[in-house]
Amino acid sequence: MQFNSFSEFINMGGYGFYVWLSFGVSALLLIILFFSSKAGHQKVINNIAKQKQREDKLREARELRKQQANSAQNNTEHATN
Amino acid sequence: MWKWLHPYANPEVSYHFTGRLLPWFSALAAILLSVGLVWALLFAPADYQQGDSFRIFYIHVPAASLSMGIYFGMAIAALCSLVWQLKLADASAAAMAPVGAVFTAIALLTGSAWGKPMWGTWWIWDARLTSELILLFLYLGVIALHSAFEDKNLAGKAAGILTLVGSINLPIIKYSVEWWNTLHQGSTVSKLGKPSMSLEMLWPFLFCFLGFAMLVAVIVCYRFRNEILARNSIRPWVRDLVSAQANHK
Amino acid sequence: MTTNTELTESSKAALAPTDTLNMTDTQHNNLSYRDAFFLVLKRDITIALRHRDDIINPLLFFVIVVTLFPLGIGPEAKTLSRIAPGIIWVAALLATLLSLDRLFKSDYGDGSLEQMLLSPHPVFLLVLAKIVAHWLITGLPLIFIAPLLAVLLHLNEQSYGALIFTLLLGTPVLSLLGAVGVALTVGIKKGGVLLSLLVLPLYIPVLIFATSAIDTASIGLPYSGQLAIIAALFFGSLTLAPFAVGAALKVSTN
Repeated sequence: MQFNSFSEFINMGGYGFYVWLSFGVSALLLIILFFSSKAGHQKVINNIAKQKQREDKLREARELRKQQANSAQNNTEHATN
Repeated sequence: MWKWLHPYANPEVSYHFTGRLLPWFSALAAILLSVGLVWALLFAPADYQQGDSFRIFYIHVPAASLSMGIYFGMAIAALCSLVWQLKLADASAAAMAPVGAVFTAIALLTGSAWGKPMWGTWWIWDARLTSELILLFLYLGVIALHSAFEDKNLAGKAAGILTLVGSINLPIIKYSVEWWNTLHQGSTVSKLGKPSMSLEMLWPFLFCFLGFAMLVAVIVCYRFRNEILARNSIRPWVRDLVSAQANHK
Repeated sequence: MTTNTELTESSKAALAPTDTLNMTDTQHNNLSYRDAFFLVLKRDITIALRHRDDIINPLLFFVIVVTLFPLGIGPEAKTLSRIAPGIIWVAALLATLLSLDRLFKSDYGDGSLEQMLLSPHPVFLLVLAKIVAHWLITGLPLIFIAPLLAVLLHLNEQSYGALIFTLLLGTPVLSLLGAVGVALTVGIKKGGVLLSLLVLPLYIPVLIFATSAIDTASIGLPYSGQLAIIAALFFGSLTLAPFAVGAALKVSTN
């Protein structure tokens, strides 16, 4: 142990400001980077889920339209008969 | 060797493989960094000339060398993606760029905070700081090019070419800046010379260096996995994964 | 096979617009490498000469930027002659950057760039021709104007030779490296600002060695060493940059 007391540790032999500034800034940047990278996972998952929902809706709408068209065709056929 | 490597060119396999690696990397990073930083801050002796400000060294030097190393890694990935058309290499290069930029920024900021007590100013056109600054510009260029393209695959290719051009230029820039600096040595620059490191300083430094390297591995793994998912969003295995994880919410 | 010949025919037609060059069909069919090179070169220069302001505007920019410095710093001859090499070179760098945008943009817009990439001739050669044309249009005029601006900035009389030589060797490097950046950003809507971010860091070695050569010349020392390094940069980028440009154009045109 190089320091006798906590205040001496904070003071860092007069260089406290610079030492803690660089450690603090580095820690801050790394923590932001780490958590944003980690949170990116959920973001990507949500984006893909949204995309999937949109595609599902489109597909449903398309099928619905096809059914309606089919039934309309059947109706006209009935009418002509 | 190719037979052994081949399965990892499959996005699904490498997604799960990196997923299995992650806890190990995280644990190693946590252990190495906590040991290294506590050692560096509390137990390592102060430098006889620079006093306790020398403790910035334990972040500054690992960050600076990792920032160069990550660029080197990016260049290798870019080369692989251009030569063998490996999409995963693109994804890994894209994952590395922001991490490298952050480490470059850390190296610059800590260098400047170390320079203030040593040189008396926050910024000096020191060769190493200047080339670090230019490295930051190169990283920002790669990131900007990545985000400028809508199509991720195109973005990867374009950024890969830029990375390779930059990696050819980087040594030239580094040497020209060093040469320029020795030429214009007008002000009284007391260079941050390499102090003869004693073993008491070397050990905590090694711990810190390896810890930061592991941290880079962890963050790059996270980003790499995200890139894989985003690039393979229409594949069935990604769809299954998404529906499994989206239900958890 | 027939589609293939049709393709090459159309690409050659793109290389040689009928209104600029009147070549017969027989000549089209066996274009040698040199013919293809000079065809592209001639075409680009012809187009540039039709839009004269494209040549003049970067030059005007160069002149105006250089005249702004004495206004900002003060008219003392001593200070100005000290910083003259740096100012002239930085201004030349920015002027080149400004003109780079035009290198591939209009060709990309009207599709002739794609035709050029499809042509049977090596992309390296065609790209090199375009870069040479760009240098002839923008780099060469800078070299003619630079001594006049050097007079305005009280450049040391011994440095004029160094100024001309560094510009002569250095501006082609600027065009070559810049072409890589343009090729990467040509497909992007707002590529202009991005281009400067990509290209300017790559220009740093040229800037350092050129200004140092001019400084060395002003003390009366030999500056052949710096010139040799700039020449090395020139030949290095001459051999490598067109490959990178070709690859980048293939990505941009997709």
